[in-house]
Amino acid sequence: MSRPGLPPKAAALVRAGHGLVGLGGLLLLLEAVPRLGLVDERFLPPASRVLATLAAELGTPELWAALGATLRGWALGLAIAFAAAVAAGVVIGIVPGLRAMTNSTVEFLRPIPSVALVPLATLLFGPSLGSTLLLVVYAAFWQVLIQVLYGVAAVDPVAHDTARAYGLSAWSRVRHLLWPTALPYVMTGLRLAAAVAFILAVTAELVIGSPGLGAEIQVAQSSGAVPAVYALIVLAGLVGIAVNAAVRLLERRVLAWHPSVRSEAAA
Amino acid sequence: MRAVRLLALPALLVGVWWAVSGSTFYLPDPVTVGRAFAETWFSARLLDDVLPSVGRLLAGYALAGVLGVALGVPIGLSARLRATLEPVLEFFRAIPPPVLVPLIMLLAGIETPMKVLVIVSGCVWPVLLNTVEGVRALDEVLSDTCRMYGVRGQSRLRRFVLRGASPQIMTGLRQALSIGIILIVISEMFASSSGLGFTIVLFQRQFQIAEMWSGILLLGLLGLGLSALFRQVERRVLAWYHGGGAGIGSAG
Repeated sequence: MSRPGLPPKAAALVRAGHGLVGLGGLLLLLEAVPRLGLVDERFLPPASRVLATLAAELGTPELWAALGATLRGWALGLAIAFAAAVAAGVVIGIVPGLRAMTNSTVEFLRPIPSVALVPLATLLFGPSLGSTLLLVVYAAFWQVLIQVLYGVAAVDPVAHDTARAYGLSAWSRVRHLLWPTALPYVMTGLRLAAAVAFILAVTAELVIGSPGLGAEIQVAQSSGAVPAVYALIVLAGLVGIAVNAAVRLLERRVLAWHPSVRSEAAA
Repeated sequence: MRAVRLLALPALLVGVWWAVSGSTFYLPDPVTVGRAFAETWFSARLLDDVLPSVGRLLAGYALAGVLGVALGVPIGLSARLRATLEPVLEFFRAIPPPVLVPLIMLLAGIETPMKVLVIVSGCVWPVLLNTVEGVRALDEVLSDTCRMYGVRGQSRLRRFVLRGASPQIMTGLRQALSIGIILIVISEMFASSSGLGFTIVLFQRQFQIAEMWSGILLLGLLGLGLSALFRQVERRVLAWYHGGGAGIGSAG
């Protein structure tokens, strides 16, 4: 909060205090609404029961296995998409004329929603890791590729000509000029891709039935275990927050040398 | 030369498709898929399955947009409200929207209201959070100028707050659109007796491979068409921002 006269640390504390009040208010509301009978408890169990269910679920090995499966599909798919997109982006960026040739195809394939591939994934892989990977890789690939292309286009032409004039080989130009320039863009792409990949990993489990959190939610829903459905959704949200935080941390680490991060840390 | 450049890669890809299609059952050749596309979708299905899906998508999307902006503006204007609600909103945004489908099915059945509700519940967060961000970052000098000139109430909201935040709001709307497309397809695949997602899964279950591919193609075209439409709208709304519509910058 921009309250004048307060040192930054105290301001951050005030801010965190407000945030806690907000979270507490939400929990209270979700406890009170079903208890007072405003909404049927069968459809909206009180917050305390949902959290108790979550705690009980966290004690079972099945939940951890499902969580592990989700995270494995997410990480593996993201890694494959990232490697492929960086390689493709750099090649498209440095080979003259390739950008113009691929542009229409990239712009055509990129907006295709990856859920369109659900039937194909079901047919080819059935309810397994392969289905998850197909959806995750397709969705994450374009996010990274577009950012790599922006990044490659941002290389300073003068620096590029200088590097050529000094006789740097193609590989050292990529290593010492192109990669540092593109890195902030690449990290943005990774951050966007990580969020999309998590959504698609859960989607594949939910719709196709690949093992993971999504499949657990589907099972809980069809067996009428309402508090478990809520508990698993809360868990999915927490994992989503963790995923975002982890990627942001990585971004800050990798870009510690970059002015945009340096100034932020100094402030 | 330009035409060659533009068409070379697509032609190559279709060529590869054609070459590969002979060897596998799962990939019919382009002509078969094209014929299936015409037969499947230029029929009563267009009215029965495609248009209702698109209608639900647009209804939910519009509702989410209005709701997101209406809630985002007051939150963005008040620093205290923002600090209080931020963790809650971040949590809701971090929930992958598709997991809400089974939950909302439980609450609202499997008919049209469920699907619209699913789309609203998934699309509202990017719009809301971007509106908050846009309103928060409004130019302070402009804000003071408005106060000096006695611009307030409705007029301040329309000419200053919404205008100034519109680049961010449009970013949120763009993110929401791709989420909306995912959600409409999933909600129909999950539990439905009509609609685009349902029909495509039905083809897959009956091993009507060419028809299934034509459905994937249709979904692709839908995504493509909606994002092109969105770009047009964005260009109009943000013409002032991009300097008289002299091309949209590369800001992604």
